[in-house]
Amino acid sequence: MHFPILSVIVFTPITASLLIFLYKPEQKKAVRITALAAAAFALTLSTIVYALYRRDVGGYQFLEEYRWMPFLGISLKFGVDGMSAPLVLLTGVVMLTGVMISWGVDDRPREFFGFLFILASGVFGVFASLDLFMLFFFYEIAVFPMYLLISIWGWIKTREYAAMKLTLYLFIGSVIALVGALAMYWQSGMHTFDMLQLEHANFSPGFQRLWFPFVFLGFAVLGGLFPFHNWSPDGHVAAPTAVSMFHAGVLMKLGAFAALRVGIMLLPEGARDWHWWVMGLALVNIVYGAFIASVQTDFKYVIGFSSVSHMGLVMMGFATLTREGLLGAGVQMFSHGIMTALFFAAVGMVYDRAHTRDIPKLGGMVKPLPVVAVGMIIGSLVSMGMPGFSGFVAEFPIFLGIWKTQWLVAVIAAISIVVTASYVLLVVRRVFFGTMPAELEGHIRPTGRLDTIALVLLCALMVGLGLVPSLMVPWVQTGVQHVLTLLGGAG
Amino acid sequence: MNTILPILPEVVLLVLGVAILSLDPFLKEEHRRPVLGWTTAAGLLLTFVASLLFARPGEPVLVYGGMLRFDWLGFAFQLFFLIAAAISALFFMDVDHLNRRAETYLLLLAATLGMCLMASAADLIMVYLAIEMTSIPLFLLAGFLKDDEKSTESGFKYMLFGALTSTVMLYGFSLVYGFTGTTSLYELNLHFSSFDLLTIGVVFLVLAGLAFKVSLFPFHFWAPDVYEGAPTPVAGFLSTASKAAGFAVILRLFLAAFSLQEISANLGLILAVLATLTMTVGNLIALTQKNIKRLLAYSSIAHAGYAMIGVVTFSQLGAASTVFYLLAYILTNLAAFGIVAAAGKVTGSDDLDSYRGLSRRNSTLALAMLVAFLSLAGMPPFGGFVAKVFVFAAAVENGYVWLAVVGVLNSIVGLYYYLTVLKYVYLYRMPGEDEDKHPLPVTRPYILGLVLLVVGIIVVGVIFAPWFSLADGAALALF
Repeated sequence: MHFPILSVIVFTPITASLLIFLYKPEQKKAVRITALAAAAFALTLSTIVYALYRRDVGGYQFLEEYRWMPFLGISLKFGVDGMSAPLVLLTGVVMLTGVMISWGVDDRPREFFGFLFILASGVFGVFASLDLFMLFFFYEIAVFPMYLLISIWGWIKTREYAAMKLTLYLFIGSVIALVGALAMYWQSGMHTFDMLQLEHANFSPGFQRLWFPFVFLGFAVLGGLFPFHNWSPDGHVAAPTAVSMFHAGVLMKLGAFAALRVGIMLLPEGARDWHWWVMGLALVNIVYGAFIASVQTDFKYVIGFSSVSHMGLVMMGFATLTREGLLGAGVQMFSHGIMTALFFAAVGMVYDRAHTRDIPKLGGMVKPLPVVAVGMIIGSLVSMGMPGFSGFVAEFPIFLGIWKTQWLVAVIAAISIVVTASYVLLVVRRVFFGTMPAELEGHIRPTGRLDTIALVLLCALMVGLGLVPSLMVPWVQTGVQHVLTLLGGAG
Repeated sequence: MNTILPILPEVVLLVLGVAILSLDPFLKEEHRRPVLGWTTAAGLLLTFVASLLFARPGEPVLVYGGMLRFDWLGFAFQLFFLIAAAISALFFMDVDHLNRRAETYLLLLAATLGMCLMASAADLIMVYLAIEMTSIPLFLLAGFLKDDEKSTESGFKYMLFGALTSTVMLYGFSLVYGFTGTTSLYELNLHFSSFDLLTIGVVFLVLAGLAFKVSLFPFHFWAPDVYEGAPTPVAGFLSTASKAAGFAVILRLFLAAFSLQEISANLGLILAVLATLTMTVGNLIALTQKNIKRLLAYSSIAHAGYAMIGVVTFSQLGAASTVFYLLAYILTNLAAFGIVAAAGKVTGSDDLDSYRGLSRRNSTLALAMLVAFLSLAGMPPFGGFVAKVFVFAAAVENGYVWLAVVGVLNSIVGLYYYLTVLKYVYLYRMPGEDEDKHPLPVTRPYILGLVLLVVGIIVVGVIFAPWFSLADGAALALF
């Protein structure tokens, strides 16, 4: 019996959240320190899980199982494979950097960190759950705090609208997927929600064809798949900085991951039938998202739509159902998570100081905020898939996979790279270089120590992964191998 | 079996009621509220513990000439009622004009006694008597604030509706007796063997009375007006325990008397349509409400629809999921009404607008409200989530995928208005933004009651296996 490391990771944030709610509302300092300590602890454990995952063995590791409700075959079963281990790490990183960057939240910080950590537990839970019921359980836990976080601490102009829109979209998606999951449960006749067993349920092709769209699209709503992406830019923009980081950095991966795990891995035959449709939708994501991003004048909307575009690449990678595509998508989930967390952190820092996100009204930020500028530049290079950065490690295999499936799609999708390059560079130039508008002169205070640490950590991960791809690729490869076995096994 | 074990809770309740009444004349004015309130609540809790320890049923058995059935279904529901009544008694303690009168506590106990009998009644006559035993004290409680026009109207409306529907139901019972020659629920299924016009007619007449109790469409009209006018804790009790009692009778009646395949398949479809209408009507009208008690009234109509999904399936899992749903719902809705009562006492209003800035006025109360409303919306880790998943699972298991989809879509509508309420609590501010000057203190009985309920909601939502076993044992007693 080993140390139940995954359950400790999953329950650390929610325990911290309960602890935080025990403080008095005025004890702001204690709340922040507790939050930071819990986040650091969770990140440490996630790193340990990631480091100790045995690539040579592969499969699901760190398994834990507690019989939760034997009557219906529900158990609290945790385990990570090569696909989810990087995502657990990602969540740890975003959680810690998110706390660092939200240090200055002054309006009811007790509630802020309390809700944020409930969300974090939900996210860890989804990545680590191997039980379908528990996956839904944690998935919903990850969704509802979002509403509160955005509507209370968000950008005052759109927060009510955006928060409600986001919550309803995600809830609709997840409950539709839930009906599909219940159908799988009864159809399998195995009376278990254990996904490792359901993987071998051999659902009939007709059943898979019928339910795959519901399950896959239900989760893909959170992954930002066109035409269900509409909630995401609005949500990103309205959310406070740490929540945008969580949201674009981790939550969208939650959707993509669940779509893979429940949609593709449990209904492989259905995935094969529908994969052209998914590719079509993802292609719209990639190209349309990039074009929309390029015409935005609000700094945060640019990043919001670029997330839609990049998540399209993840979906596209899944939909190719090839080794390369899946590998790239797995790495892209991590790389984009870090990158977009960095972007939103940077946007938040600029906005906090300049009180505007309107690109034409910004400029010359490099002088007062050099670290932010460097971070943005690295992020841009990642975003356009420049070799030497993590974006390349992710996007190159995806395009290989698309090419293998249908070269025309790869050509069209490649347009996005050009568009992305043009708009990110343009934004960086306008915001950080050039001359600073007179009304901002002297009002921009430098970044704090915690902000700097957070940015450096995020940049280091992107550069590190870009220079040494073997820090992540072997992990994802073992995960992909398992997916391919399932895909092959059904055919 | 000729002991008093099968009616232990009823007997204790009766003794408790007499004790309260005889205590009353000897109490000084300033002692009445604490003594009467705490005695009632503690007595109910004691009854709960006593029946948990001593009155656990074994094999289902008909007792007292077939009037009652001593089984896990009745037992489980009795426990629910006792808890709901105990917490309602705590909530009664801070309602002016209610808290110093022995009559209110006595009426609460009498209604609870009636509910306990409803849960185990196995004979049509007993069913009728138990329903009346429950309803009449509740009519009085709803209209108890004589000086308040709304409360009087509420009590009167409730009584008129109740009287009308129970007459119709009684007519149905008399037809049943006329056609079959028996009043025992457990002999009826011998006589109802095909789905003919007679069966449909009888079912509809009988359903009128029961649908009124659980506020099923089209017998839901009374609920918003009655809840709005009645003292808030009374409305809470009405919407939880009284509704659950109605479901206890529905479960027993339908699964005992109409369980033959030919009937249950057709009847299931009719009930499924009713459940759909109930959920949809309740949720859609709730969207437009500006008064929190009316909003909760429509939401509780919708919840009757969700709970009905389990009955529709005529299966063991379905019955168990309905029982589980009711448990989660009782805890949740009681908490919601408790919070409304606590806040309404200070703000003097039940308008949604009076909830502006609540999280800044009393952040702990706001958290409790968050838990209750998210549980109503069906979010984990609260009881409402698992409860909903189980009824939907039962629907999918028995081929009612469409009903599960209807339920799912409805819960989205529900989420919208529950979140709207939370928006008032957390986001909007009081006019003048001076919440610091308007604290919202909560008295001790409310703190105790709400803490118990919030803990209950989370425990039911996280560690659901033991409660589901209880619900399943209850369902098993029906087959």
